[in-house]
Amino acid sequence: MTVTETPAPPARAEDPGGRARRRAGRARGIRLALLVAFLVIFLIPVYVLLVTSFKPLTEADPGRAWALPEVWTAQPWRVAWEKLAPGIWNSVLLAVPGALISAVLGSMNGYVLSKWRFPGADVLFTLFLFGMFIPYQGVMIPLVQLLVKLNEVTQSLTGTPGVFYGAIPGLLLAHVVYGIPICTLIFRNYYVTIPDELIEAARVDGAGMLRTYRSVVLPVSGPAFAVVIIWQFTSMWNDFLFAVFLTGPQSWPTTVMLNNIAGAQTVPYSQQMAAALLASVPTMIVYVLLGRFFMRGLMAGALKG
Amino acid sequence: MTRVRRWLPGLLLVMPSIIAIAVFVYGMLGWNFRLAMTDRHDEISEGSFVGLENFVTLWDQKRWGISVDHAIVFTVVFVGGALALGWLLAFLMEKGIRGEGTFRAVYLFPMAISFVATGVVWRWLMNSGQDERAVGLNRLFDSLGLDFLQWEWFRNPDWGMAAMAIPAIWQMSGYVMALFLAGFRGVPEDLREAARVDGCTEWQVYRHIVLPLLRPVTLSALIILGHISLKVFDLIVAVSGKQIITDVPAVFMWVAVFDSHDPAKGATIASYIVLAVSVFVIPYLVWTLRKERRP
Repeated sequence: MTVTETPAPPARAEDPGGRARRRAGRARGIRLALLVAFLVIFLIPVYVLLVTSFKPLTEADPGRAWALPEVWTAQPWRVAWEKLAPGIWNSVLLAVPGALISAVLGSMNGYVLSKWRFPGADVLFTLFLFGMFIPYQGVMIPLVQLLVKLNEVTQSLTGTPGVFYGAIPGLLLAHVVYGIPICTLIFRNYYVTIPDELIEAARVDGAGMLRTYRSVVLPVSGPAFAVVIIWQFTSMWNDFLFAVFLTGPQSWPTTVMLNNIAGAQTVPYSQQMAAALLASVPTMIVYVLLGRFFMRGLMAGALKG
Repeated sequence: MTRVRRWLPGLLLVMPSIIAIAVFVYGMLGWNFRLAMTDRHDEISEGSFVGLENFVTLWDQKRWGISVDHAIVFTVVFVGGALALGWLLAFLMEKGIRGEGTFRAVYLFPMAISFVATGVVWRWLMNSGQDERAVGLNRLFDSLGLDFLQWEWFRNPDWGMAAMAIPAIWQMSGYVMALFLAGFRGVPEDLREAARVDGCTEWQVYRHIVLPLLRPVTLSALIILGHISLKVFDLIVAVSGKQIITDVPAVFMWVAVFDSHDPAKGATIASYIVLAVSVFVIPYLVWTLRKERRP
């Protein structure tokens, strides 16, 4: 060993040559092997879904459960599409406008709670956050009663049946309201990073609250809008609890229809699995294309930042 | 006066949301508690105040006891399993590995799918048929020569709920991984290097530097997994429907409302779920608020 200016760390000093490096290499190999093993395990359900959904009825026997189809057929997909299409359309009518409305509300709330604060804003924000964690079972019965009431009121005022209980607008209302906490949180945490000096400068120039929002805050809000829209779209699309309590046969979204298809003993596995895949296509596309924003929404849910 | 004029517009802009949260969250929680304290056991009667009677008599029902037991087993296995697996995945990846993006994408994708859709495939995977009649994982074990691993999955009377936690672990451990990975990466490299220079082994670096710094992340993950677990509903319905063998409070409440047409009972069960979640979420929120106020 030659004299070095800085003493080498003890662990390395004991290791002549490249033994440390070799050991690090072996550790990396083990880590990689484990990660690949988990990767395979995580993908098992996907394999089963895909393979089964392309099998004709003649290959339904348990002995071939894990085998690739001998004859590939799109028949289960066609049947599943016919059964699921009305639900998918309902989900689109719910999730697209719902996500946009949520984003607008969240953006305004987040702006005020971070940059145009009023006394008690922190306490209010915490009260909002509790709304994010409540089990929705705790509000479901009153919510149903309120929406039924609103239907009756609409009926008596306009003569046409109300669209609150048993219809998409009522479900949309529920999702938007219970989405306020998370949307506010994401926007607030995002806007905190805008320097106060920018807001103050606009104020000095005589811009009011809305003017400042439009010309300073909104132009840089793109990423937060992406996160919120993706988050709300995904949770509205995947929701089952609100849908099963608040909608009826005409307004069932995808998840309820899928559960009805899959719950029936008479429906073959191939059709069930094709339906499950179909129901997941929109959110999977969003995940693959915009996964980065999806991740940020997830992290916001952990109250970080 | 000028001060008021300064913050009033903001308050007005947030007012619609304040009213919505006040009515739909706090108003309805209160309404639900009040309903739980009446004897409104059918759809037509008005119901009169009976105090906490429903909260007591609920425990006389066998199905309630069963669903509480199930929720406890499910919570322990799911929270423990997702935490352990998520931590392990993050630990394996934290020093950087080739193809990290791919690994993360695969571990996380179940989060983007509904429990109803995953329920379809997990019901097939966890089919209780064995040997010749086996499909799903039992068939896979059988053909791999691991037939001793075959069991009834969620139809097992004692440990069925542990099986029910497997799809939930599959769905949520990627999320826990992402949280821990962010936590690991948040530990400054100088800190680790300093410990190494001081003669710490890699294990000691983890034990004394990294793990203590991960505590806040662990707490967040615990809270998130815990509150998901206590209100679990879609997954159970999708995998096994309304069967008592996999009953949990949220499913029991659904049955009370739609099949027994008993609003007071449904509201009582819902109140218990809210209480169970509030017990740990409220202290967590207060703690978060305090931490944020600290400069």
